[in-house]
Amino acid sequence: MGMIKVTIDGIEIEVEEGTTILNAARQVGGKIVPPAMCYYSSLKGSGGKCRTCLVRVAAGSTKDPRPMPKLVASCSTPVMDGMIVENTSNQEVLDARKSIVEMLLINHPLDCPVCDQAGECSLQDLGYEHGLAKTRYEFKRRTFENTDIGEHVKLHMNRCILCYRCVYTADQISEGRCHGVIGRGDHAEISTYLEKSIDNDFSGNVIDVCPVGALTDRTFRFKSRVWFTNPMNISRKCENPKCCGKAVAWMSENNILRITARKDENNEVKEFICNTCRFEKKEITDWTVEGPRHIERNSVISQNHYELKPKHNFKVLENTAKQ
Amino acid sequence: MSFAERTYIIPILKGMMITLKHLFMKKVTLDYPKMTKPMAPVYRGKHILKRDENGAENCTACGLCAVACPAEAITMVAAERKKGEENLYREEKYAAIYEINMLRCIFCGLCEEACPKEAIFLTDEIVKPSDLRENFIYGKDKLVEDMNHRYNFAKRQKHITEK
Repeated sequence: MGMIKVTIDGIEIEVEEGTTILNAARQVGGKIVPPAMCYYSSLKGSGGKCRTCLVRVAAGSTKDPRPMPKLVASCSTPVMDGMIVENTSNQEVLDARKSIVEMLLINHPLDCPVCDQAGECSLQDLGYEHGLAKTRYEFKRRTFENTDIGEHVKLHMNRCILCYRCVYTADQISEGRCHGVIGRGDHAEISTYLEKSIDNDFSGNVIDVCPVGALTDRTFRFKSRVWFTNPMNISRKCENPKCCGKAVAWMSENNILRITARKDENNEVKEFICNTCRFEKKEITDWTVEGPRHIERNSVISQNHYELKPKHNFKVLENTAKQ
Repeated sequence: MSFAERTYIIPILKGMMITLKHLFMKKVTLDYPKMTKPMAPVYRGKHILKRDENGAENCTACGLCAVACPAEAITMVAAERKKGEENLYREEKYAAIYEINMLRCIFCGLCEEACPKEAIFLTDEIVKPSDLRENFIYGKDKLVEDMNHRYNFAKRQKHITEK
């Protein structure tokens, strides 16, 4: 495949043909990466729903340098040779994003003080960066009846922004589809058909892919706030061949409160873990502790979070292992 | 040194004058238990956990006060509200344990500022002295507002409401 040149916010980069604008921007990294609420690189077919990644294409390609008439979703638009993309450098894009955030928040209950996702919620970050401090919406928010979808995962339909990530996860990661969207438009809601409990081995991953607090860990429900816990990289040999066995333990002293898969710098899980690792292995002796997990300085989770230099830390762990 | 200087009469008299002057000056000390100093209208003293007009606790144990606290004086344990407790707690999560270590607290008021639920406030009450350290860890029994003696914040927040 040929390499093509694309300019994003004045930064030129060479990417493979067929790459989307979003992925090209992610290769550059930093502030120019458009936020994404629905696109998930490890899930096929995701993207194009939330519209937060809208960018302006100032020039379509070298052959046809006309600008694209409307803002395009960067997660599903492939780059062309000589394309010029404007993201944070264009006020129109920033205004559009602000409106999108306002739109996503129309039906969102804003119960962050109660929600377990607070502190690691994509919508919270997005609202903090682009949102208004007030709501202009005067009508009653859309509400749903509480549905029980099993003992491991807690569904709060009111918080859902319908990104469909969990549906793709259920389709692609876990065997046998058991989770989908029912209803249309304003009535659309994610549900397990006939409220059947989701009980296959990889269903727990819907918690990690959910950008908001709609799907949260029931074993962690109200246990602690994320910023009071201490994240550690842990791993174990999992019997399940599809499970990578690499995870993050959110600890309080020596107790594991919650286990999640590891997220990369784009807040995405590349290697999924099975339900046994996630929900049943809650003893620190089940795992090999690799060391403290790096948390970005600007995250609230980094509060009171001290990282030893990895080298030093490994030494300590080796010593304790020998004894 | 002359004889007059050696008697030190003049310096002694000078000193006595200063003493005499101070006798008639305004006192800086207070006759404490009988008299008290006036308090600032926004004096920051003991905390209170407010209830709403129906008597339900405002606090949802979101942990923002604890994360804002520079002295790390606040700890809490959250619990889920059960059916039938709607009149006790305003939202589905509440603080089962809420403790402030008054020896650690520096009464800066950042917890009050961080609170999204208007649950924690500082009052103009003074934390009572004690000779046991344990007595300074205030739990919910001491912090939650008594519905029979509600605390009125109108005076304290006059400067906010008048704006």
